[in-house]
Amino acid sequence: MSNQFWMIWPGNAVASALILAAIAMPFLYAARRLVHDLLHSLGRMAGGPLRLGARWLFATARDMKERNKAVLLAHGREEVGQHIEREFERISALVTRDLEGYPALQRKLLEEITRVEEDYKKCGEVPPPPPEWVEAVTSIAKVKSDSNEMVQRILEEIKRSVHAIHDKALGEYRRAYESRHKILNGFMPFWRSLDKTFGQVDQKLTGLHQTSSKIDAQMEKYEQINKKTDKAEHALTVSAFTQFAISTMVLLIAVGGALVNFKLIALPFSEMVGSGDYLTSTLRMSDVAALVIIFLEATMGLFVMETLRITHLFPLIANMNDRMRRRMLWVAVVFLVVFAGIEAALALMRDMLSADKQALVQSLSSAQAAPPDPLLRMIPTTAQMVLGFFLPFALAFVAVPLESFVYSLRTVGGAFAVMLIRATAFVLRVLGNLIRQLCKVLIGIYDVTIVLPLLVERLVKAARSESDGSESRPVKRAA
Amino acid sequence: MVKRLLLASLLALSASTCADQRSHTQAVYMLIDTSGTYAQEVGKAQRIINYLLGTLQSGDSLAVARVKTRSFSEKDIVAKVTFDSRPSQANAQKRAFRDKIDAFVKSVGGSAYTDITGGLIQGGMYLNETGAGRKTILIFSDMQEELDKVTIRDFPINLKDIRVVALNVVKLKTDNIDPRRYMGRLEAWQKRIEKAGASEWILINDIEHLDSMLRS
Repeated sequence: MSNQFWMIWPGNAVASALILAAIAMPFLYAARRLVHDLLHSLGRMAGGPLRLGARWLFATARDMKERNKAVLLAHGREEVGQHIEREFERISALVTRDLEGYPALQRKLLEEITRVEEDYKKCGEVPPPPPEWVEAVTSIAKVKSDSNEMVQRILEEIKRSVHAIHDKALGEYRRAYESRHKILNGFMPFWRSLDKTFGQVDQKLTGLHQTSSKIDAQMEKYEQINKKTDKAEHALTVSAFTQFAISTMVLLIAVGGALVNFKLIALPFSEMVGSGDYLTSTLRMSDVAALVIIFLEATMGLFVMETLRITHLFPLIANMNDRMRRRMLWVAVVFLVVFAGIEAALALMRDMLSADKQALVQSLSSAQAAPPDPLLRMIPTTAQMVLGFFLPFALAFVAVPLESFVYSLRTVGGAFAVMLIRATAFVLRVLGNLIRQLCKVLIGIYDVTIVLPLLVERLVKAARSESDGSESRPVKRAA
Repeated sequence: MVKRLLLASLLALSASTCADQRSHTQAVYMLIDTSGTYAQEVGKAQRIINYLLGTLQSGDSLAVARVKTRSFSEKDIVAKVTFDSRPSQANAQKRAFRDKIDAFVKSVGGSAYTDITGGLIQGGMYLNETGAGRKTILIFSDMQEELDKVTIRDFPINLKDIRVVALNVVKLKTDNIDPRRYMGRLEAWQKRIEKAGASEWILINDIEHLDSMLRS
């Protein structure tokens, strides 16, 4: 009954509503302009700030994108600059190394060439010409012997002498050619040496050429970055995302290693600092102490990497003079070794505590188990100690992916922030438009509810304009 | 340099103030009924104590007391210990505790009456003294209280914030004749313990369930 209080005609909701509407209609018509103004104001009041907020957010996103781009390009410029610097260092080392040896190489080449030339000249030496006995033989051959015994004997004598001379000359020729062949044969090692030397020169020049090609590519990239082209920005962004993914993966692996490390030293730490104090409801102080040790190890590793200039997270360390940097490196290394030693000892202690606990549990249980094989006991103990010693050094390398992670996080985080701001701006804009449109719809609905007075108003206005028209026409004609 | 020292001190101070001051230890007081025929069950009680020794951690407390004609006395505590915060020391204490219990089991004899209420009051006092975060009384008994004429135990007791666990509540011959006696006995104890302000009343007849209960 309580929800029927509005019914003017009890039990007839439709009639009651119609009567109420009929009563309310004149009032609603009278308040039409006011209500319209009110709804417009409400629409502007709610929609305006939302649109303003959206515009501001879009502008912020634009600014942020510009800032991100500037940071990205600056970082990219620095990175490519370092790369080019390194390539130049390589070229410098290559050129220094090769040019240092170049005078010796040149001297060697000249000596070998001179030697070859000399030998060549020696080869070109013509053997002594044959004695001019050919003509003499020809003349003697023309002598007519005609059974003259004296002539016969002389000719025989000449023949013998000629044979002897011929044999001698032939022997000399053979010796001369043999010596020239020997000289030519002696060329071979020099040719080989020359070939080898030229091969080395060629190899070095090829290496130089390859390095210079790399520099060319890096220089092109550097130029693109300097010109602030979209291509360079895109390439750097993609590279940052890739770096982010890879470094995150490596860091996750490192976290796994740190957890193993934590497991190794948490129990012995409870022996050292006690296990009764809690930092939070679930975190023991002994666990915190173990974590602190692991973080300290990671920090020392970070310092080692920084002082070796492998990472550049701390400009202060990078800008230190070499002496100071070396000192810091040694301090960090010593700390790391000490921590590694402590961890190995703690790992051994953990094994002993576990064994003690196991023995206690065994003695408490009714079933007694056979004692384990000493060798089997020794393997996990040794493995734990080795792990305890080497894990801190392995953790030291976390600095490298950490640096990549930090730098790429700036780009990735910036890109996500821009995306988030844009999405928020879009939502605000949509909301603002929605509210304005909603107010328009409400105005329309309001007008629909008072459609009858509006019709009457229109008819009255039409009739009035008609009567005004009929009155004004004769006046115009008269005018 | 001074600034750095100040900063380090502030950090240390904040860490010490942030430390959780609540007690995270637990204390267990086990009452072993040694009256009449139930004294034969003491072997089972020993296994439970061994289990407790294997489960309880450094900093936890454990006490074992016997229930006899009048149990409201420190003399009835067979062994009590608060485990050292160092695991190696705690293990040594556990071994010593086990030895005491072994000796007790060998020498235990039956008593004429069963004063569970006296044991509960004594247990409550001991547990409150330990200041442990979780306090538990384990009653290893058939829960059949029998008092002599002189002993007065019909008054309200205080077991505020203590969890009471009845273990191995065996059925008596009379319970077999009329199971309502068994139900009624347990119900009466539950009411009495809840009225005493205990945080929980648990009945465990299967020892396997003790593990989950102690961990909760």
